[in-house]
Amino acid sequence: MSAPTRPESVAALDRLLQALKRRGIVNDDELNRQQASTDAASPETGARMVARAWLDPEYRALLLSDGKAAAERMGVSMAGAPPLGVLEDTPTRHHLVVCTLCSCYPRAVLGYPPHWYKSFAYRARAVREPRAVLAEWGTVLPDSVDVRVLDSTADYRWMVLPLRPAGTEGWGEDQLAAIVTRDALVGAALPQVPQGAGGA
Amino acid sequence: MTDAGRFAPNTTVRVRDDWPERRGPCHIRTPHYLRGRIGTVERVLGRFANPEDLAFARPAPKRTLYHVLFPQPPLFEEGRPGDDLLVEIFEHWLEPADAASEQAA
Repeated sequence: MSAPTRPESVAALDRLLQALKRRGIVNDDELNRQQASTDAASPETGARMVARAWLDPEYRALLLSDGKAAAERMGVSMAGAPPLGVLEDTPTRHHLVVCTLCSCYPRAVLGYPPHWYKSFAYRARAVREPRAVLAEWGTVLPDSVDVRVLDSTADYRWMVLPLRPAGTEGWGEDQLAAIVTRDALVGAALPQVPQGAGGA
Repeated sequence: MTDAGRFAPNTTVRVRDDWPERRGPCHIRTPHYLRGRIGTVERVLGRFANPEDLAFARPAPKRTLYHVLFPQPPLFEEGRPGDDLLVEIFEHWLEPADAASEQAA
């Protein structure tokens, strides 16, 4: 959905940065630090938070009550980041995150959003026919599960704490984190146990 | 105004049926599909600088932000009962409502 980068946009950004630096509003150190932390952010952080929550009830309680504190426990700097809310899936409720207005996404713990998250099609359809969107991606939810769509419109950022799948009994944090995909962290997929994966 | 805000959890509210974008440049964090719709306050999320002012570099007083729950089927006249939407809405976009009034409308 996103247009290719245009040379005039790059030139405009460069002029803006030069003007901000000239006026002392930002400096190269700050820009480099921000770039480094943005580049370091990845869905592996969110996946590890989920895996730890599955294993550790105390961490799970922290994650659900204060997502920022839970992220910081993982060593992520959340200074200046928006509050992080965590949506707990249950056997009778599945959460799906969308930002119909733009592309709000918990970047500090999930990194850059995938292209589809910013597409007009996803943003329009997720609120109107979430079950159809999920089914097209291979997740057919039973009638016993209600779908709650989280339209991320304002100051919070939201991630999903999915249900721990059956067949993962005895698994450690690394093994569990490996099945929590980027898409599962916003409810667009469910964690899957690979064929033939054994317990501990 | 206290941190608790004007609307307690479980209060039935209506999103104002207002379209400031028809009156001039603005920045609004209230989706079109919810204008005029009835929902239920799920929880108070806190107080945040009003994005409608921030976007224009105006002084931005803090406003109470709510998580409001809307049943999904009435919004688009399709969908499955039990499905719903949870959306962040600022207090100045909400007004008290009577749950029966939308059914009558």
